[in-house]
This record gives sequence, C-alpha cells and structure tokens, in this order.
Amino acid sequence: MATPDIHPNHDLILQIDHLAVEVPSGTRIVDDVSLELRRGEVLGLIGESGAGKSTIGLAALHYGRGACRIAGGAILLEGVDLRKLDPVACRNIRGRRVAYIAQSAAAAFNPAIRIIDQVMEGPLWHGLMNEAEARAWALELFHALDLPNPDTFGDRYPHQVSGGQLQRAMAAMAMSCRPDILVLDEPTTALDVTTQIEVLALLKKLIRDFNTAALYISHDLAVVAQVADRIMVLRHGKMVETGPTSQILLAPSMDYTHALVAERKAADTLSVISSERHDKPVLEAHDVTGIYGTFTAVKKVSISVARGETVAVVGESGSGKSSLARLIVGLLPTKTGAVKLHGETLAPALRQRNLDTLRKVQLIYQQPDVALNPHQTIGEIIGRPVAFYFNRTPAEVKARVAELLRLVGLPEDYAGRLSTALSGGQKQRICIARALAAEPDVIICDEPTSALDQLVADEILKLLKMLQDDLGVGYLFITHDLGIVRRIAHRTAVMLKGEIVAQGPTAEIFAPPFHPYTEKLLSSVPEMRTDWLDEVLTKRVATAR
Amino acid sequence: MKLFGHKVPFTAQLGMVIIFINAFVAIFGPWISPFDPTDMVGDSWADADATYWLGLDNLGRDILSRMIDGARLSIGLALMITMLSFSIGIVTGFTAAVMGKWVDIILSRIVDLLLSLPTLIFAFVVLSVLGTDIPVLVVTLAVLDSTRVFRLARSVAVNINALDFVEAARLRGEGLWWIIRKEILPNAVPPLVAEFGLRFSFAFLFIAALSFLGIGVQPPDADWGSMVRDYRDMISLDGIQPLYPAGAIALLTIGINFVVDWILAVHSNSTTTEP
Amino acid sequence: MFKLISQRLALGFLTLFAASVLIFSGTEVLPGDLATAILQNNATPENLAVLREQLGLDRPAAVRYVEWLDNTVHGDLGKSLANDWDVAEEVGPRLKNTLFLASYAAVIAVPLAVFLGIMAAIRQGTLFDRFINGFTLLTISVPEYFLAYLLVKYLAVHHFWFPSLANVTEDTPFFSRLYLLFLPMLTLLLVTLAHMMRMTRASVLAIMSNPYIEMAYLKGLPKWKIVIHHALPNALAPIISVIVLNLAYLIVGVVVVETVFVYPGLGQLLVDSVSKHDVPVVQACGLIFASTFILLNLTADVLGILSNPRLRMPR
Repeated sequence: MATPDIHPNHDLILQIDHLAVEVPSGTRIVDDVSLELRRGEVLGLIGESGAGKSTIGLAALHYGRGACRIAGGAILLEGVDLRKLDPVACRNIRGRRVAYIAQSAAAAFNPAIRIIDQVMEGPLWHGLMNEAEARAWALELFHALDLPNPDTFGDRYPHQVSGGQLQRAMAAMAMSCRPDILVLDEPTTALDVTTQIEVLALLKKLIRDFNTAALYISHDLAVVAQVADRIMVLRHGKMVETGPTSQILLAPSMDYTHALVAERKAADTLSVISSERHDKPVLEAHDVTGIYGTFTAVKKVSISVARGETVAVVGESGSGKSSLARLIVGLLPTKTGAVKLHGETLAPALRQRNLDTLRKVQLIYQQPDVALNPHQTIGEIIGRPVAFYFNRTPAEVKARVAELLRLVGLPEDYAGRLSTALSGGQKQRICIARALAAEPDVIICDEPTSALDQLVADEILKLLKMLQDDLGVGYLFITHDLGIVRRIAHRTAVMLKGEIVAQGPTAEIFAPPFHPYTEKLLSSVPEMRTDWLDEVLTKRVATAR
Repeated sequence: MKLFGHKVPFTAQLGMVIIFINAFVAIFGPWISPFDPTDMVGDSWADADATYWLGLDNLGRDILSRMIDGARLSIGLALMITMLSFSIGIVTGFTAAVMGKWVDIILSRIVDLLLSLPTLIFAFVVLSVLGTDIPVLVVTLAVLDSTRVFRLARSVAVNINALDFVEAARLRGEGLWWIIRKEILPNAVPPLVAEFGLRFSFAFLFIAALSFLGIGVQPPDADWGSMVRDYRDMISLDGIQPLYPAGAIALLTIGINFVVDWILAVHSNSTTTEP
Repeated sequence: MFKLISQRLALGFLTLFAASVLIFSGTEVLPGDLATAILQNNATPENLAVLREQLGLDRPAAVRYVEWLDNTVHGDLGKSLANDWDVAEEVGPRLKNTLFLASYAAVIAVPLAVFLGIMAAIRQGTLFDRFINGFTLLTISVPEYFLAYLLVKYLAVHHFWFPSLANVTEDTPFFSRLYLLFLPMLTLLLVTLAHMMRMTRASVLAIMSNPYIEMAYLKGLPKWKIVIHHALPNALAPIISVIVLNLAYLIVGVVVVETVFVYPGLGQLLVDSVSKHDVPVVQACGLIFASTFILLNLTADVLGILSNPRLRMPR
C-alpha cells in the first residue's frame, strides 16, 4: 500500500547493485548494471533488442524469464534484498509492491477469464481487499483510465475489446494492488501511433496521480523522453550511460548514445529535397480495388512509381497498405482497375503474368527470418533468380552472386552458408540481394525495416538509397513509420481504411495545409523533446473546444 | 553420441538398437533361424532348454524359430501398409495444400468423414465382406491410415506454404513441382519422419491385433499376433509362451516410440528456440 | 455460438448418415453378392436366384438401403445368416455388457488421468513427473493383450486374486460383476489412463508457455494456483477431446479385451461374425459402434465450443 511518506520525492525505494543475469550456457545477458529509483520517480531504460532492458525490469520483481537466472548483485526494495527472500516472501512482493505491464496486453491477458476477475485477482490473492473493495477499486481504475462504459467494461473477455483498451486494462491490473513500483515494458510499442499517444498520456497521468515510481522500458527515445525523469542507456547487457532526460537528449556523452539520438532526430527532419518527376512512370496502379471475402481492403487506389523514385505508402495497421502491395504483384487479384508496367496492363492474377513482368517487379518482406528458406544456402537463394530468369551457366551465377553480395555489403564467402546463422540485418541484405538478382525496375518494400533495430534499420535504409542512386531502381515503400518516409520518400501517399486520403510530393504532404488525418498522424509521432506530449495534449484540448 | 548435430539421449539410442535388431532379424531370418519353423522337433509345449531357447509350441515346433519367421511377416506387412499409406497421404495432402480451393475442400471433406469413423470397425466391415487375404488387408489398412497422413502432410504444407519464402518463389514464377520439391519438402521432413514412425507402429499393432482376433493373417502363415492367439491357452496353465510374441510386439513399439519422441523433441526445439 | 453448435450437430448427423451408407454399401462391393457369400460352396445358379429373391437383392440398392435404415431405426436389425436368430435380440444384452465394462473403466480412468496429468504438469521435471512419463510411455506402446496376459498370469494364475475369465450372465449381481470384470477393467484402465494422462499433461504444459502465465507469476501467484486457475481453463478443450477420444476407444477398442477374457460383449460378437461372414450382424454392430463414436466426437466438439469464450462470446 502506498503509505504517505515524509519525503515522498527523495525516498530511495529500489536499488539494484551490480546485477548480473545469466542464461544456462553461462553467457551474461545483463552484466554489472546498477540503478536507483526514488519514490515518484520515472527511470527510462533505453536500448536495442538484446540490450537486457526487459531482463532488468523483471529482475526488479526477482523474476528470470525462461531459463534466465539472476547470478549476481543485489536487488534492494526499501533496503530488503529480494535475492535473500524465500519463494513465499518473494511472491508477496510480486504484483503487490512491484507490478509489471507487458508489451502485448493481448498476450498478457488470459483469454478464458473475464477482465475484471483478472484485475481483482491480485488484491484478493494478496489479501489486501475483500471482494467488494477490489471490485470498487477496479471500477475506479477503469474510470481513471478513461475506458468506455467503465462499470461494465470488466465483464467482457479480453478478445472482446480493442488493443488500446486492453493495454489500459493492463495498467489497471498492474495498479490493482497500489504497488510502489511499476515496471512498464514497451507498453505502447504494439500500438498504432494514434493509439499510442492516448495510452502514453494516460500512463503518465497514472504514474503522476499515484506518485508511483516506475521503470519505463522502451527502444524509442522520443517516447521515453515524455515520461522519464532520468534515462539509462543500455547495450549488450551493459550500462552505457545514465543521466537526466534533457542531458541524454541534448548532450549525450557517449558515442553510442550520440548515434541513437542522432538517428532518432534524423527521423524528425525532412531529408529528401528533390520531388519533381524524373521520368514517366514505370509501374502504375489505376483505381485498383482488392477484396478479401466480403471485406474491401483497398478501394479504388491509384499510385505510380518512376525509375529512380521512392514512393511511400504510409498508414496504420489495417489501412490496406500491405494489401495494395499484394494487389500490385498479383497475389490478390484486382477486382476493378488495372496494374500497368511500362504502360502495358498486367493480368490481374499472378499465374497469368509472364516471367518478364514478374522479374521487373520484386518484393522485399517485413520479416527476413521467414523470407529465406532455412534449408538453402545463401548462394542458392541469391543464385536462383539469376539462373531462373537469365539462363546463366553455374559459373556465371556464382560470379553474379559474389557481385550481388558485395553490392549489399556482405562478404563473398557467405554464399556457402545457411541464412539461419545470420542476424536480422544481414538476412534483410540477403533479401535485397535476391531482389536485385532479378534486375528489377521496381522493388516493393513491405515494411523492410520494422522488424529491425533502429541503427540496423538505418543501415538498411542507407543501403537502399545507395542502390537506388547506382542502379536507378524505383521503390514503392510501404511503412507505418513517418520518420522513414521523411528520410527517403520523394512522394508520399497516406492511406486510411483502404483509401488514399492524401498524395503528393513528400514536402507538400508534410507541410500545411494538411489533410486532417495526415495532421493527426503527424502530430501523434513523438518528437525528441521532453515537453512534446504535454504540448500536443494541450493543443488537442484547445482545438476540441 | 551425436546424430545430425543433435545429442541422442539414452532412450533414443536404445530405441535405435531395438529397431536395428528387429530389422536384422526380419531381413536375415532364414539364415539365423536355428530350426525350420515348420519342423516338429519334439513334444508339444516342451519346456525351454539349451537347444530350444524358448521351448516348443502346440505342434512341437521351435518357438524361437517361429518368432524369427514371424518377424518378417509382422514387420514386412506393417512396412508395406505404412509406405502405401504415406504415398497416398503425402501426395494428396501436398496437392490439397498447394492447389487449395475446391481440390482442398473436396479432399479434406472426404478425409474428415473417414476420420470420423472408427478405423477398427470400418476395417471389420470391409474384411467381413472381402475376406481376409493379405493384399486386401494391406490395401484396406493403408487407405484407412492414409487419412491421418493426409491431415498431417496437408497441415505441414499449409504452414510452410504460408511462409514468405514460398511466396517469394511463387512471385518469381516458379512451377508447382519446384515449389513442392525445393521449398516445402526439405522443411517438412522432420515431422513426416516422426509421423512415419508413429504410423508404422500403429499399422504394426493393428495387424497384430487383427491376427490375434483371428481375422488377420490366416494359417498356415503366422505373424506375431496370430502366435499370441495360438499360444493363449497356455496362460491359464501358468505358461509364458504367449508373452514371447506379445513381448516382441511391445518391444518394437516401445523402441519406435523412443526414437519418435526424440525426433519430435529435436524438431520442436529447432523451430521454437531463437538463435 | 448457436450457429456454430447447430452446424456441428448438422455435420454430426451428416456423418452418421454417411457412415450408414458406407456400412451398408460394404455389402455392395462384394465380388459376388450377399447370396454368394451365404451359400458359399453350395451356390448353384438356381439356389442363388431363389435366395436373391428371398433377400430382395433383385431390387435397386437405394431402395434396399432406405428399407434397411428404416428397419434399423425401428429396432429391427434383421436376421443372422449364421443361425437365423434375430440380431436385435442378440445384440441387446451384449451391448449392455460392453457399455458396463467401458463405463467401469471410464469412471476410474478419467478422474485419475486428469488428476495425475495435472500433478505431473505442476511437478514438471521432478522424479514423480519422469516416472509417470516413462511408465505411461511403456503402457501406451504395449498391445492390450500383452498387458492383459501379463495381468492374468500374475494376478489370476500365480495368485488366485481375480478370475481370468469374465463369465457373467444376465443375473450376475452388480458387485460380483465388478469383481469378475476387474482384470479386463484394469487392462483398459492402464491403456487409456496413460494416453489421457500424457495428453492432459501436454495440454497444460503447452498453455504454461503463454505470456499470460508469466503475467500470473508476476502477480505473485503460486504455481499450483496458476495451473488450476489460469492454465486449466484454457487446456479444457484439448483435454475434453482426448477424454472423449478415449471413451470412444473404450467402447470400440474393447474388442481385444473382450476376446482375451471371453467376455460376452458386442466386440466379441463382431469378431465372431466377421470370421463367419455374417454380414447383417457385422452391419448392426458396426452401425452401433460407429454411431457411438460419432456421437462422442460430437459431444467433444460441442463441449469444446462451450469451453472457449472466444467462440461462446463473440465480439
């Protein structure tokens, strides 16, 4: 229970000293990390995947995920070392004194139990409240978190409410025991930008209102900047630097932090200047409509790509942007309209298209892990289109594979390896090489960087840009990330519910007068300053009046 | 011990040894059999001794020799059934998965219907009508069993088919045969190998059960199942004779299950753990 | 949900119908026909013609099917070819015997299997779990008659604890029935217990790797409470379906056990009739077994739908 304290803002509540966490093989995934958290303070943990931020967050509950083991150091909760507690005492800490909010609420809620029963479970189990009190408190939290029909909201099952609502319900579940510390593990990452801002604002309010201390874990500096008082940067399980939020943002002292900040800032600025049409379009879609069963995913969309041009299609999940890509390549047959390549209309379905038109439009996928056959060598994967489309001899194929590997910045001797041993970024390079092997005119990039870490994604974007300069290939770039659009797109189309609501040169799309949805989208992307969230909220309240 | 880069646990090693011995006996039976399995070499139900390791049967034939002889029929029949059911099941399953649409719907409905009927009972009806020839037995059981292979082959292929690298091959314009052979089959091998083991032990037990019930292999042929039947009266005289063939059946099944368990465990690990 | 359940029901009855067609047409794919099968070596063209007319084989198959189905539904299962007895009268008491044995085993096996399966899941990796795992892998691999003869040898012949033959008649009292049937029940129990237990354990463990289970740990709940309150409700559908599958097995797979213990059940009758080519009896028994199997599967489907909130309470 949150008991009123004499020095609420200066009281040290959590202290982690020289924490080490190991996997069974003995490798340390967190090594020598120390941190301090005061009552009412929010500490942001920032890092790429594999940085160990979730592991540290869970260590605050003395929990090792999977086979991970806390191997060294001390975790002091108000001076009591959790590592010295017996299992029962440890369970009395979890949920009650330190609570956890996971990235995916859809996965963290038990699908077979009503939401309110899951929210009430903590206080009832820990014996903090009786049934009626727990229910009343849960309803109060639902009200505080602005959930629709808060009095009956909890009677529903998790699958019956939306992702953003479920994420808020999880915040209610975490607050159900009025914990001293909240561990928020990427709580808004799985959400669309326009939903993210609402949840972020509510979480911030919650932490402030209850004066709860929090560890806020995220890969996105701009998000953390809105809620954290201090930020700790982590890499490969080690601490890089710690400091007040404004110092990390404005004057990072370490190179790595500097790179992270610079990369994130690049997303805020428009960097593609030329926007005039170089050429007549290579690939065009005219009024195409695509239907899954009875659901119209794409409604009368027209878009075109010229040589050497990047056209971005931006939208939130369910906007129909990926369906548009499937329409163009013929995986989803067009119901109306036509797709044209060099002015010639293509057959609506894949099977009726000839090899040459298939060759000229290539696709790069979001998940490089599943886009490469794990049983083929890299040489076979990249060599296949070369042999298939151009009838080259094995020796020529081999030479071409080596050339392509060099082009995407990988060593030639990778040709003999399997892709399974490579990192995500390297796999995506292989996918790019495979696409280039067909010598296409246009490559459709379906969120090619969203499964990758920030700095790796940045490298891939630079590679794509360089290849475009050298080879003159056109890109139709599908993404949800406005930062990427700003950086690489000559022209941009904004999609909403299967329709393009705005289209034009990127600079024009991103400057007033906006289409209202574009404006909402733009204003929802967190910016690299601490006062962004408050400012946007104030502005929105003002315009609502 | 390691195999294909995976550690082989003790149970799986044991299973492999059991399978190897059985295969060896089935192949080289006539050369290692101490006596002619049809020769009456002594008194009926003579006890085991140094010459007749497992004793003699009701007609005074050597039980060990008869078991070695029966191995060929028991294992051979089960193998034939499994191979036939796999050929049918995999071809139809992959076709259904890759072709999709109405081919898939029709094949799946037929299989659903066959699966919703009890196999044993259905086999009985067919056998009562067609009689219990060995070819009838093999084809009936293979067809009934192929429905399960179809289910697995189809679901494995559908899962792989949905992966992006198969879509990439399709977008490249690759033909159906290339996609099945190069993209799907290599990734479908581990679950199918495990299923082969399971289906084999099922067919093996099934044939033995039918023979035990007197509606499988008919005299003068004898497999392990019909030997249990022939010897069963001895159990009430405190004899152990029926337990020899029954034990042989049990042992081979256990051996196969050990190996299958291992293959399934290795496969599920390699697909779920990240590098 | 009602739409889903009525779909399943319709599908179940369709399957039942299809099964009856298949079982009926079993007689139609004969190399000769029913008459040749009955007369076997005595078949002269004149005999055959007479018998065919007697059996009504000169009429179209569809007509005879409808007639057969109609009679069956009204309890008239025809006459045995072997001894001309009324099939329904012979099948009745034997069906009761088979159901009695199956329920005897089920009443003990189902609760025990679920309990042990959950215990093994809670104590995953301990000696208890490993022992249960090894033991069930053995009993699952072993054919029923091996288990049965092993039990007979040690429990009936070595020690005279239980009878090796299940000689029951219509007036055997309930408790001596239980005693007489102990060994057949134990055989069935061991075989089905292992399978149900392994599947219960596997279903619970499969659920235990879900993120919401981790969330329950992070709320401070102990493992036993997580298994029972969080994992079990989600594992219910697979557990129900494996239980029903084993119930179906108890009724259908009882054939072998009945033969071993010379128990006058339906399975034994079926096996005898198959070797005698007594088609009407095989058809009748086959239809009863198939209907039971289909109805049990249908029950599992419906219970599966009811236990899943996603299907019970759509968005």
